[in-house]
Amino acid sequence: MDKSFLDELRQGVRAVCGDFPDAYWRELDEKRAYPEDFVNALTAAGFLGALIPEEYGGSGLGITESSVILEEINRSGGNAGACHAQMYTMGTLLRHGSEQQKQRYLRKIADGSLRLQAFGVTEPNTGTDTTQLKTTAVRKGDKYIVNGQKVFISRTEYSDLMLLLVRTTPLDQVKKRTEGLSVLLVDLREAVGNGLTIKPIRTMMNHATTELFIEDLEVPVENLIGEEGKGFSYILDGMNAERILIAAECIGDGRWFIERAVGYANQRVVFKRPIGENQGIQFPISRAHVNLEAADLMRFRAAELFDAGQKCGAEANMAKLLAADASWEAANVTLQTHGGYGFAEEYDVERKFRETRLYQVAPISTNLILSYVAEHVLGLPRSY
Amino acid sequence: MNIIVVMKQTFDTEEKVSIQNGQIVEDGVEFIINPYDEYAIEEAIKLKEEFGGEVTVMTVGPSRAENALRTALAMGADKAVIVDDEELFGDEYTISKALAHVIKDRDYDIILTGNTSVDNGAGQVGPRLAEELGIAHVATITKLSIEGAVATLVRDVEGDTETVDVKLPLLVTAQQGLNEPRYPSLPGIMKAKKKPMERLSADDLELDPETIKAKTAIVEQYLPPKKEAGRVLSGELQDQVKELVQLLRNEAKVI
Ligand SMILES: Cc1cc2nc3c(=O)[nH]c(=O)nc-3n(C[C@H](O)[C@H](O)[C@H](O)COP(=O)(O)OP(=O)(O)OC[C@H]3O[C@@H](n4cnc5c(N)ncnc54)[C@H](O)[C@@H]3O)c2cc1C
Repeated sequence: MDKSFLDELRQGVRAVCGDFPDAYWRELDEKRAYPEDFVNALTAAGFLGALIPEEYGGSGLGITESSVILEEINRSGGNAGACHAQMYTMGTLLRHGSEQQKQRYLRKIADGSLRLQAFGVTEPNTGTDTTQLKTTAVRKGDKYIVNGQKVFISRTEYSDLMLLLVRTTPLDQVKKRTEGLSVLLVDLREAVGNGLTIKPIRTMMNHATTELFIEDLEVPVENLIGEEGKGFSYILDGMNAERILIAAECIGDGRWFIERAVGYANQRVVFKRPIGENQGIQFPISRAHVNLEAADLMRFRAAELFDAGQKCGAEANMAKLLAADASWEAANVTLQTHGGYGFAEEYDVERKFRETRLYQVAPISTNLILSYVAEHVLGLPRSY
Repeated sequence: MNIIVVMKQTFDTEEKVSIQNGQIVEDGVEFIINPYDEYAIEEAIKLKEEFGGEVTVMTVGPSRAENALRTALAMGADKAVIVDDEELFGDEYTISKALAHVIKDRDYDIILTGNTSVDNGAGQVGPRLAEELGIAHVATITKLSIEGAVATLVRDVEGDTETVDVKLPLLVTAQQGLNEPRYPSLPGIMKAKKKPMERLSADDLELDPETIKAKTAIVEQYLPPKKEAGRVLSGELQDQVKELVQLLRNEAKVI
C-alpha cells in the first residue's frame, strides 16, 4: 500500500469536507434534509467513482483507497451514509451486468450524472432472513411484473436507479432457498407513480431511508442483472466490500470522537483544573483509542486481502464488528466526557452519537456477524 | 502559453504555533499550500484552459514540500520543480536568487505567485524575482485577463482598485478574491502520480550558495503575550466616562 498516495487522498477528501463544517451537518439534521451540496461537491471531485474501472470512466482504485475516502468524510464530522452507496452499489452491475448494461450506466455513475445509490433488500416481514423475502417478479413477455414491499431502503428519493432483490422462482420450486432470487435494475425516475410508491421513514438520525410499496411495477427484462435466479449470490459477493467500507466509516467516526473528547478534556476546567487530568476521564478515552487502533488494523488487513483478490470474509466481518464497537465506545466516552454539553446540539456529539449507533444494526447487525464467525470460522453449528 | 507558478508550503492556518528553544516546532504539524499561492495556481490553470500551454509549479523548500507540489499537479498543473537544497533555503533574497536561476533559461509568458506567505509574511519573493529576471511585476491582483501580448490587471490597492495594462512577460502576485481555487479531484490526484517532479540542488543550478547567502537573520522568535481579560467599567454613566478618559490617558496612554 502506497502510504503517501493514501495521505494525498485523505487531503483531497479533507479539502472537500473542509467546506462543509459541523454547522452544515447540524442544520441538515435539524431539517432532516439531504446533503445535496456536499454530495455534489464530492461527486464533482470524482471521489465516488473511485471503485469504477478506468475504462468506464472511474479511477479504478481498490477497497483500501475507497475506504480511506469514506473514513475521511466521517472523520470530518459529516456522514458518508448519504452517498457511500453510489460508490459500491454498482459493484453488482460491474461484476454481473452485461457489457451493454455496463456501457450504458457505469460511465454516468462515475461522473455522477446518474445516481445508483439505492439497494432494496430488507422487507418488513422477513428482515435479516433475506432468502424468505416476499417481493416477487413474474415474467410477462419482455417485462417483469413486480409486487411486494420493502422497508428501510435508503436514499431512494435521491437516486435515479435502484437495485432490487426479488424472488423470480417461488420458494417451493427451488432446491435451495438461496436460489430463485434475482436482481433487477429499477429506473426510479420512471417507476415512481407507475407501480412504485416511496414513503419516507423518520428515524433517529438523518438518513433518508424509506418504505417502498410495489404494485404491478413493470421492469423491462433487459434490466435483469446477470442470470435469473442467481441474485442472492450476486449480493453476497458484494458484502465483503461493503463490510470493509462501513468499518472505515466507523473508524472515521471514532477518530472524530476521540479528537473531540481529548480537546474537551484538555480545555474544560472544573475543580480548578482541566478534567483531562483525572484518570477517570483519561482512561476511558485511552481505552477507546486503543480499541479503535486495533479495529483499524483489522480493517486494513481485510482491505489488503480484498485488494489482493484473496478470501477475506472472516476479516471483513470481524473488521466491521470491531470498528462498529470501537466507534460506539468512543461515542459513549465522548458524550460522558462532555457532561451536559454532550447533549447540547451545538457540540455535535449527540448527533454523531446517534449516527454511529446505526452501524451496530445496519447494513448488518452485530449478531449476524457473530453467527458468521461461529459457523464459518469456528465450525460451530449454523444458528439461524 | 508557458506559465510558471512559484509557490510555498506553509503551516496549516489552523495549526497552533509552538516554540521550543527559539525554534518553531514542526512535529505533527499539518502543512498546506500557502493560501495566496493557491489563488496563483488556480489562475494559472484557468489560463492554461483558456490559451493552452503548460503550467510549471516550483518551490524552494524541504522534501516535505513535494506534497504541496503534488497537490498543485492534482489541481491541474503539468510539471513540478523543487529546489530541496538546504543551502539555498536562506531568506527572501536567497530564495528569489535561486528561483531566478531555475527560471532564467526556461520559456515563460507569465509567472504567478502569492502576494505574501502566511507564515513569514514578507511579500518579497515575487517582486524580487521579477527584478532578478528583469521583467515587470504587478502585485496584489484580483483580476487577470490577457489579450495578445498584453495583460489587463485589476489590483487591490489598500481597499481601492487600480487597473493596469502590462506587456508580457510579466510576474503577478495574487490577492484574495482573484478566484475560488478548485479542489484536486480524484482523477486529478491519479494523474498527478505520473507527472514529472524535477529535484534540483545548488550544484545542478551551478550556483555557489556562498554568493547568495541570506541578508537577514532571525534573532529571536516568541509568541505574542497572552491576552489579558478585559475590564468592564461600572457605576454611573458620567463616572464611567470620566474613568475611561483617565484610563485611556494614564494607563493605555493613547490620548
Ligand atoms: C437507517 C437504516 C438504513 C437502512 N438502509 C437499508 C437499505 O438501504 N437497504 C436495505 O435493504 N436495508 C436497509 N436497512 C435495513 C437493515 O439492513 C436491517 O434493519 C437489518 O439488516 C436488520 O433487519 P431487521 O431490521 O428486519 O431486524 P430483524 O431481522 O428483525 O432482527 C432484529 C434483531 O434480532 C437479531 N436477530 C435476528 N435473527 C437472529 C439470529 N438468528 N440470531 C441472533 N440474532 C438474531 C438481529 O441481529 C437484530 O438485532 C436499513 C436500516 C436502517 C435502520
